[in-house]
Amino acid sequence: MKPPPFEYYAPTTLDEALALMAEHGYDAKALAGGQSLIPMMNFRLAQPEILVDLNNIADLSYIRPSDDGGVLIGAMTRHKTVGHSPLIAERAPLLHETMPNIATEQIRNRGTFGGSLAHADPSAELVAVSVALDARLRICSQEGERWVPAKEFFVSLFTTILEPEELVVEIAVPPMPERSGWSLKEVARRPHDFALTGVVAVLTLDDENHCQQVKLVYLSAGDGPVEGIQAAASLQGQPLTAENIQAAAEIAASEDVDPSSDIHATAEYRRHLAKVLTRQTLEEAYERAISNTQ
Amino acid sequence: MSDLCNVTVTVNGNRYERDVEPRLLLSDFLRHELGLLGTHVGCEHGVCGACTVLFDGEPVRSCLMFAVQAQGHEITTVEGLGTMEALHPLQEAFWEAHALQCGFCTPGFLTTLVPFLEEHPDPDDDEIREAISGNLCRCTGYQHIVDAVKLAAEKMRA
Ligand SMILES: Cc1cc2nc3c(=O)[nH]c(=O)nc-3n(C[C@H](O)[C@H](O)[C@H](O)COP(=O)(O)OP(=O)(O)OC[C@H]3O[C@@H](n4cnc5c(N)ncnc54)[C@H](O)[C@@H]3O)c2cc1C
Ligand code: FES
Ligand code: FES
Repeated sequence: MKPPPFEYYAPTTLDEALALMAEHGYDAKALAGGQSLIPMMNFRLAQPEILVDLNNIADLSYIRPSDDGGVLIGAMTRHKTVGHSPLIAERAPLLHETMPNIATEQIRNRGTFGGSLAHADPSAELVAVSVALDARLRICSQEGERWVPAKEFFVSLFTTILEPEELVVEIAVPPMPERSGWSLKEVARRPHDFALTGVVAVLTLDDENHCQQVKLVYLSAGDGPVEGIQAAASLQGQPLTAENIQAAAEIAASEDVDPSSDIHATAEYRRHLAKVLTRQTLEEAYERAISNTQ
Repeated sequence: MSDLCNVTVTVNGNRYERDVEPRLLLSDFLRHELGLLGTHVGCEHGVCGACTVLFDGEPVRSCLMFAVQAQGHEITTVEGLGTMEALHPLQEAFWEAHALQCGFCTPGFLTTLVPFLEEHPDPDDDEIREAISGNLCRCTGYQHIVDAVKLAAEKMRA
């Protein structure tokens, strides 16, 4: 199908873009990589009257070190650029490992970090990973800017706290604490498809190598990024034995996730995947955390 | 109908200027405005890969871009890879290794694989399968495509 008509603007500065968003508000949508918005327009699931194309704003595409040891990523930075960045590989290894899972090369050449978060698809890897890493988003309008933690940014299916006139401009990813390990695992019908279920684990150990803190965030497991709160609580202060990990995985599958059935998989199967993947990610995160303490 | 926008693009080394509706997809621009019918359109939601073209040298989905976004950029379609008299080594290899049957998917495979072969002069099976994971072929079962990529790599190294 073909997209419905719209008016097109291609600003070259953020100020111009924000002025257009302020002027057109509810009728306008930002166009980033277009890898989610254009399919939706082709199907006429989205019918914006005005598109504000961010692709000519060179200042929105960068990866920089931040003073806290983490990284700052411009909203228009493409998936490909993030995936190939040595700075990301060094300072945000979980992100580095995540990128090849996102779609295929042709999509990664266009899709952007900010677009993926603003789209808020509960199946998107970056949505879950940004929550697991405590990333923060810098959001701008003509009125000013605000910083919002990823956890508070996502409201529901394809819904965020963004006001119609606001744009995501930057994402700050803090460094992982010392003695930490991470893991991302997902199951998809074919490599690079959206995951049927996926889990991101970030684990920090105390001096006795017990669990000081763990974050589990699930993809395709509910209306947004789903945190494994009960499972994480069960591990708090505990040694990461096979029994404890298995128990946490069972809690996650029965209490934390809330998957639905669709043509790709039943809710029951997704729960099963959540259990198996929780165990696997915790095991891998633990191994990495241990090797990071040596 | 919304106002027309002027767009100037370089496609396969030739400069074109047209006035188009902003909603015109790049894939339809190439086919309908420029008459370059080598770029095929399968799904129009980014899944099949038939519409893949090189945008400033990188493979992208032309069904997921608007023609107006190509303003000032360089595009290579399958027509720009070789000529009837002098096919690209990858095109020769596809022919020789029977990597196509109906040929609907072929332009997308070729445009995806040309930059891949430049970066991977001696790819193994896994790398090739990864590289073509964004392109669907309903005829060949992929095995002959993998063979063709290896044959092309050999030709290009020679
Ligand atoms: C075949 C296919 C497979 C895919 N597979 C995966 C996958 O496995 N995993 C995955 O995570 N993703 C996948 N994607 C989606 C891809 O990662 C998209 O690129 C991404 O979700 C959206 O980013 P974008 O830059 O293309 O945004 P766009 O499509 O341009 O925009 C998406 C939405 O966000 C808004 N928006 C964009 N940028 C901003 C901004 N800076 N400020 C405010 N609002 C903004 C837009 O208005 C729009 O509503 C796939 C896409 C396709 C077509
Ligand atoms: S037509 Fe563009 S990916 Fe199928
Ligand atoms: S040759 Fe027919 S779809 Fe690939």
